[in-house]
Amino acid sequence: MDSALFVHRLHFAFTATFHYLFPQLTMGLALLIVVLKTIGLRRNDPVYHEAARFWGKIFGINFVLGVVTGIPMEFQFGTNWSHFSRFAGGVIGQTLGMEGMFAFFLESAFLGLFLYGEKRLSPKAHWLSAVAVFVGSWLSGYFIIATDAFMQHPVGYFTAPDGSLQLTSFWALVLNPWAGWQYAHNMSGAVITGAFIMASVGAFYLLSGKWTEHARIFVKAGVIAGCLFSVLQIFPTGDRQGKMVTDLQPVTLAAMEGLFQGQSGAPLVIVGQPNEQQGKIDNPLEVPKMLSMLTYKRWNANVRGLDAFPKQDWPGNIPLLYYSYHIMVGLGTFFIAVMVVASFLLWRGKLFNSRWMLWILMLAAPFPYIANTAGWMTAELGRQPWLVYGLMRTENGYSKAVSAGNGMFTLLGFMGIYTVLGILFLFLIRREIEHGPVAGHESVSNLPPATEAR
Amino acid sequence: MASLWFWIVAAMIATYVVLDGFDLGAGAIYLVAAKTNEERRRVLRAIGPVWDGNEVWLLAAGGTLYFAFPQLYASSFSGFYLPLMIVLWLLMLRAIGIEFRAHIENRVWQDFFDVVFSVSSILLAVFFGAALGNVVRGVPLDATGYFFEPLWTNFKLGPHTGILDWYTVLTGVVALVTLTAHGSYYVALKTDEDLGRRARGFALLCWPLQFFLTFSTLVATYFIRPDIMVNYGKHPAGILVPIVVVASLGVMLWANPKGKEKLAFVASSLYITAMLVGAAFALYPVVLPARDRQHDLTIYNTAAGSHGLSVGLVWWTLGAALAVTYFAFVYRKFRGKVQLGEGHY
Ligand code: HDD
Ligand code: HEM
Ligand code: HEM
Repeated sequence: MDSALFVHRLHFAFTATFHYLFPQLTMGLALLIVVLKTIGLRRNDPVYHEAARFWGKIFGINFVLGVVTGIPMEFQFGTNWSHFSRFAGGVIGQTLGMEGMFAFFLESAFLGLFLYGEKRLSPKAHWLSAVAVFVGSWLSGYFIIATDAFMQHPVGYFTAPDGSLQLTSFWALVLNPWAGWQYAHNMSGAVITGAFIMASVGAFYLLSGKWTEHARIFVKAGVIAGCLFSVLQIFPTGDRQGKMVTDLQPVTLAAMEGLFQGQSGAPLVIVGQPNEQQGKIDNPLEVPKMLSMLTYKRWNANVRGLDAFPKQDWPGNIPLLYYSYHIMVGLGTFFIAVMVVASFLLWRGKLFNSRWMLWILMLAAPFPYIANTAGWMTAELGRQPWLVYGLMRTENGYSKAVSAGNGMFTLLGFMGIYTVLGILFLFLIRREIEHGPVAGHESVSNLPPATEAR
Repeated sequence: MASLWFWIVAAMIATYVVLDGFDLGAGAIYLVAAKTNEERRRVLRAIGPVWDGNEVWLLAAGGTLYFAFPQLYASSFSGFYLPLMIVLWLLMLRAIGIEFRAHIENRVWQDFFDVVFSVSSILLAVFFGAALGNVVRGVPLDATGYFFEPLWTNFKLGPHTGILDWYTVLTGVVALVTLTAHGSYYVALKTDEDLGRRARGFALLCWPLQFFLTFSTLVATYFIRPDIMVNYGKHPAGILVPIVVVASLGVMLWANPKGKEKLAFVASSLYITAMLVGAAFALYPVVLPARDRQHDLTIYNTAAGSHGLSVGLVWWTLGAALAVTYFAFVYRKFRGKVQLGEGHY
């Protein structure tokens, strides 16, 4: 591979992957904080307000990281992908511009009020600032997803005489059907991250017998939201995403599923290693005919395999794509299992004393991050070799003026800075968790710690 | 239509510099003006709730530039690759300097983030000034519409010049002095007692420098680019720019010792706006001059399609109206001198 191309791809992949670790929690928590504050306001319950304040602090730290890693993303379209920007800027400039004007201003203006203005505002106004932050972060998600969706499934454009893409229909761009389902699926994934993190911290407090009153709220909110959104993640959103890929990027589907030969009544591979050299899956564990059913809703439908497409149109890295997809789906199944059991225990009133379940909830915290990252890798690797699907190949989009050496220099710089940022982030979050929801108190509640249910 | 967008982007950049300029300037004087921990917290409190919003003007200006002039965005961002990346790193360091300091009450931790915040603010001011200098001076664009500039070559203005040469270093210093003064007026406005007095003193110190540098840069600019006067000759309205510059310098000199901090701050904002508008006015309709002038990027050969530009006008106006409303609201809520003892920082 052309080494400048490789460096620019890695540059973008690394910074985007790192960036997305933070917005997913921002967007998920923003919703959950609004829920906590609403309940606090309606029941006039100080514990809910304390809970919201505690998560507000975590949110604040996380947000800073989201901001500082997000700014480079916006720049990189120009610095590392200038030929792409020149080609597609007339269209995606719209959504990126709107993100700044509508989402970032809203978020940043009201975050200051939400975090530092609680004493200066009435409870209602403070609640409103939390809602504004939530709306801002979810809008931001929409505009960036609409940008990505255009790259996956270009709509609303025409090719100008100079070869660049220009807008013909604003509404087609903003209401891209791909963007709708992608957004729903992605936001649901973000709420899963928020819910698992909240439940995990609550479980940790319950297991160690601290702040148990707050901890019960955390676990309860996390489990209810987690259960609901884990289900939404697969059905309908994941299912619809899969359907769109089947219809609009059939070669991507074949690569994701590891389907080397097309067939009717195609099986669904649950585990197995793609073997590109021989064009088959090693050690397969399959559900017969399932893939045909999932994609075309008929047991015997014909699913096209990779062999139906010219090799130069195959995604470049089939094994990584295949594993990313299977990791995402595997974890999605695991999340439902965990959250359904936890919800059942919650309903029976046994959850707060089931130490084993609390252990599982506590340790599950990293997995939504892995699933979300894997999901994005699926989307982005699956789009290859196209940068804008069917219109521009990735090898034509990077900045020809920026040499591999200069790209490598800044890539290493980002790696260094992000390592430091990551360490600082974990360190500060750990301190907040250790301080707990109520400053200066070891434990304010009289509720007993979690003990094994007898 | 493209002309309208030229002025919109210029106005957004000016807004950015006026707003983020005062928190960058506050960072520049931070280590020397604010001596005790309590004073440092007061400076941070003065900018804490607003700095992120101010910085969003940079992103929004970038986004608007991307949308209205994609070709310009592509050429300039890849051509200024290295300095932009350094700016990004500095922005990151500065953000964590402001936000992470307060999390731990420990002398070593706080001293560390104080230095991070102040040094990155100073360097950012210099880099922004140098960036403007590059745009005025022109860059080695070729027929493909792209270029790549190294950070420096020999600091002379030749055909193979880098980002930093004597001229752009000069504009960098001008920016640093201007923003230091601007930040000092802001700190003076938001704080009192010793801290407020010291900030006022800094502004006073900056003034002669600012005065002297303003005129030397104008002369230097005329020297390397005599054609900057062409637009001023064509449109007599351009004469307003030097008038505002001189008048606002005068107001700053008069208002500051009298303790009229608000007036001094407004004058400083006007000064910055006039300097930037003056530069944009001189360049128009060129957006990025080439060293070899036949490859100039202008609003005509970089703008997006006309349908996109008209549609954008609708949402841009709506978005800008909303943004101004939020800003008015937030600045009102945090108006007055800062008090410690509530919230964060
Ligand atoms: C918590 C995270 C999470 C979980 C559990 C799942 N997903 Fe997902 N998925 C995402 C998080 C995600 C994501 C990060 O949100 C992606 C990446 C790009 C996008 O828009 O959403 C995504 C993309 C994505 C795509 C699009 C790939 C492309 O564009 O080429 C499909 C087909 C699915 N998912 C399907 C599923 C199915 C069938 C799941 C069943 C268990 C599933 N996802 C679970
Ligand atoms: C919605 C916003 C996003 C946009 C507009 C976007 C756009 C891009 C662009 C322009 C590239 C470079 C070209 C290429 O290699 O295809 C890229 C590559 C990549 N992105 Fe994204 N991206 C987005 C979100 C993400 C996120 C959140 C992740 C996180 C996991 C991610 C992971 C990657 C990876 C792994 C690559 C490299 C693919 C490869 O080189 O084969 N992207 N994306
Ligand atoms: C490659 C594409 C991306 C670009 C250009 C980008 C750009 C940015 C920028 C500039 C910021 C800082 C905003 C501020 O200063 O307030 C930011 C933060 C944010 N981004 Fe991204 N981003 C990208 C990918 C994503 C994705 C895929 C999502 C989610 C769907 C996302 C959601 C957010 C959110 C919610 C924030 C708010 C801050 C935070 O979450 O901590 N971004 N992004």
